[in-house]
Amino acid sequence: MTSIEFRKDLFADERDDTLKEIGKPTIRQDILGHVTGRTPFYDDHQFDGLLHMRAVRSPHHHAEIRRIDISAAEKMPGVRRVVTAKDVPNNLNTLLSLINFGRDDEPLCAHDKVRYKGETVAWVIADTERQARDACAAVRVDYSVLPHVLDVEEALKPDAPVINHIYPNNTFDYHDRYDHQKLRFGDVNAGFARADHIVEAEYQMSPIEQAPIETCGAIAAPETNDRFVCYTNTQALFFSLGTTAKLLNIASSRLHFIGGTAGGGFGGKVDSIVEPTAVLGAILTGRPVRFAWDRAEEMQVGAPRGGERWRIKDGVMRDGRIVAREFSGFFDSGAYMRLSPYAIIKATGHIPGPYTIPNVASNVYCCVTNRTPATAMRGFGITAVDFAIECHMDRVAEVVGMDPIELRILNAYRDGDMKAHRRAAKNTALIECCQVVADKANWPLSAEARAQSSLRGGGGERAAIPETATDTEGRIGERRAGRVASTAPAGGTGKIPAGTASKGVSGVPVQNPDMQIDADRIGHRMGAAPTPGPTPARAPAPPPRAPAAPTPPASYQPPPAPPASYQPPPQPVAPPAAAPPAQTGPYTPAEPFSRGTKRPGTSPFTSGFRRR
Amino acid sequence: MTIHKGRGFACINYPIGMNLGGDPAQALVHSTPDGKFMVALSAIDLGQGMKSVTRQIAAETIGVPVEDVYVDTADSDTGPHDMGSFASRGTHRVGNAVIRASAEARKQMMEAAAEELEVNAADLDTDGKGNIHVKGAPSRSITVAETAIAAQFKQGRTLAGRGIFLIPPSEANPETGEQTPVTCFAHAALVVEVEVDDETGDVEVTAINSAYEVGRALNPKLVEQQLIGGAWMGVSHALYETTEPYYPARDHGPEDFNTYLMPGPGQIVPHHIAVLERPAEDAPFGGKGPGEMCANPVLPAVANAVYNAVGVRCDRLPITPEKVLRGIRANGGARPKGRA
Repeated sequence: MTSIEFRKDLFADERDDTLKEIGKPTIRQDILGHVTGRTPFYDDHQFDGLLHMRAVRSPHHHAEIRRIDISAAEKMPGVRRVVTAKDVPNNLNTLLSLINFGRDDEPLCAHDKVRYKGETVAWVIADTERQARDACAAVRVDYSVLPHVLDVEEALKPDAPVINHIYPNNTFDYHDRYDHQKLRFGDVNAGFARADHIVEAEYQMSPIEQAPIETCGAIAAPETNDRFVCYTNTQALFFSLGTTAKLLNIASSRLHFIGGTAGGGFGGKVDSIVEPTAVLGAILTGRPVRFAWDRAEEMQVGAPRGGERWRIKDGVMRDGRIVAREFSGFFDSGAYMRLSPYAIIKATGHIPGPYTIPNVASNVYCCVTNRTPATAMRGFGITAVDFAIECHMDRVAEVVGMDPIELRILNAYRDGDMKAHRRAAKNTALIECCQVVADKANWPLSAEARAQSSLRGGGGERAAIPETATDTEGRIGERRAGRVASTAPAGGTGKIPAGTASKGVSGVPVQNPDMQIDADRIGHRMGAAPTPGPTPARAPAPPPRAPAAPTPPASYQPPPAPPASYQPPPQPVAPPAAAPPAQTGPYTPAEPFSRGTKRPGTSPFTSGFRRR
Repeated sequence: MTIHKGRGFACINYPIGMNLGGDPAQALVHSTPDGKFMVALSAIDLGQGMKSVTRQIAAETIGVPVEDVYVDTADSDTGPHDMGSFASRGTHRVGNAVIRASAEARKQMMEAAAEELEVNAADLDTDGKGNIHVKGAPSRSITVAETAIAAQFKQGRTLAGRGIFLIPPSEANPETGEQTPVTCFAHAALVVEVEVDDETGDVEVTAINSAYEVGRALNPKLVEQQLIGGAWMGVSHALYETTEPYYPARDHGPEDFNTYLMPGPGQIVPHHIAVLERPAEDAPFGGKGPGEMCANPVLPAVANAVYNAVGVRCDRLPITPEKVLRGIRANGGARPKGRA
């Protein structure tokens, strides 16, 4: 039994509710295929002569690979090829090299050692899946077991085993400087000193499986034009394509990726492991190859949402105002980084939650452990810290003897408030959500809490960026050398003046005025604000939108017209460079077409700049 | 044995789009000969509804009925680049790219119609039903189909558009964490009601009341589905799921749905939802992505409700009967906090 209501009465003056298609419960264009079972999955592309690929996996958390003996497996019935690390042309990658973030740290197939239970050490390609599974069992791997570490804080200790020499401190290196990402806003210690209460607690998020109905898989096949087609259920088509091109060191133009449209993902289909594996199989055999995880692999080898540990310390006044909040966070990245270091920056930008707190500090660590690498899942970087923050708010409410919802409303961020990452809050609506749900649940609120609004009371003093205490503790390698004991934010040794902030970043304006939707068609008030950069050339201000039936909310005001005149960019004064010499004969490219860079080991889809 | 009732609250905000930008999305739109519009993307829809939402966005922007728009995606040969479906970026990033591509296609369409009607394109409007007419004079009109035929077979003009949306990449400051994480935030607040059995430690969520602020419900049915599914997932995370029940030890990891626990259909919690819509400045028609954030407030709200019911703080997920029971015993019995 579920009910839903749309509170059109709230924020009505910021919205045009007379749009024709937006806001309609239009049925999915492909729903009939989904509900009748006709929508194809990648696995429905059963080519003639399809071969099946299975992985041989590590039984150890951490072990040196001394020798791999594939001779028995190669002689098994139906086996076409046993594949090992030496068959992978560029066997080292990190997912976010696609945006130039982090160092390559993960092989597609382990060669020197295994770093988690379940890591791939070889593959078998056979005529049937049964034959491939049997032959996998016949691959003999001689391991020398190494000490392992599974707890994030154990991994940070000076005597912890080094899991991957690429990150020798078992932490991601932030900005080539620290073994964690810092957030510093104001001075938490000064805040704690004047607080009436200190509230501290630790929270632990469990590793969780994304559990899509359809497990990760791909079918790759050679095409007649020296290309490979890959049917996949990836969540990120070009991400997987680019990762495949890099690992297999082939031009991205030789890859044709076709994605699915059902089956679920929830973050578990970003890691781009099955695609390069299947394409590798197709390249090595010249045949269509299917590589798919079974449910056990999906749950224990496929990357889960990582375990995260968060400690929060609050300084609270008797009236419930939180004056200082400090975090120590530990992401369990598992054996390889994948997307976790990035999620930590996202979590850092999210701290201290949707509240205006004048003093905030956090240290967040991306820790390497001997477990299945973690990856994205619905709410990545946010879910666990929200669990910690909101459980902690309940604790704070109890300590000060306040209603939990009223405590949130008292501390809630409002339009114009400064956030701890030094950007002003806008378009906030936390207070209204609190008020609406309290009414729905018959949760009594005081008249004062009811009277609050996200639109009022923000800004002013709350918009100020305070003088900020900084420190340089936790430089890369210091912790392992035994020179840093604490993981919590250190006491300030430096000062950054009040008001220090750089300019924010916003969306790139349209490259051509024709691509700018007319301001009176955008459907909301804020969107009509002039955007930076060129504004479209437009006729005189449009007349207000004619009211359509049913009557629109009376309070909606049509957006103000954008500047009427479009200023063209200044024309270059210098004469154009000499025309290139006329082409003689048909055009022939110097190199085969490629969608991106072709240098081995570099991403074909770089965007942005080098970030480590 | 006593069943204790409890209520818990939590509220959250959620950043929309990839952190620190640098995640472009592109779209191409073109008209078929008779004025139906094809939207070419490479963005992935694995069930979340991205294809439906972008279809409505294209129809609204071009000014044609949604039935006349088709979204084709997930083919790297025909769809222009998109970063991928994660970080709640589909609606925001892809939606904005589709608006831009559709705006350019509309501009071509209006100019083609203006030429046929011998008027200024600025004097024309669409009725959203397949017609283009002179503003204030609905009888002077031409159909979109006739416009498309005239454009492509008489005027030699394509009705097509390109769109890209990019928030340029930025960095976090190493010393202060200063950053522009994203440009738009969704909100939620939620009250969970539970019953806790002090003999078995079993927790049952009996009702959820929620308020979700989503910018604009571009498709209210899809929003409803996301919110119901997300709350289910939140309950599941709070009470049942983990791949490593003895974390950080890896023993006894489940390998199938017999041992990896989730609520069944019979345990779907009665859920009463209010949707608030405060359009975001740079979001398509103001819409923020509701997909990820809807699960988040459920986890702490359940934990807070358990505390309210029996006085046990469960700070390690999932909240298993074992943990609840050990907590009750450590306290010398259930200690209801009396808010239910």
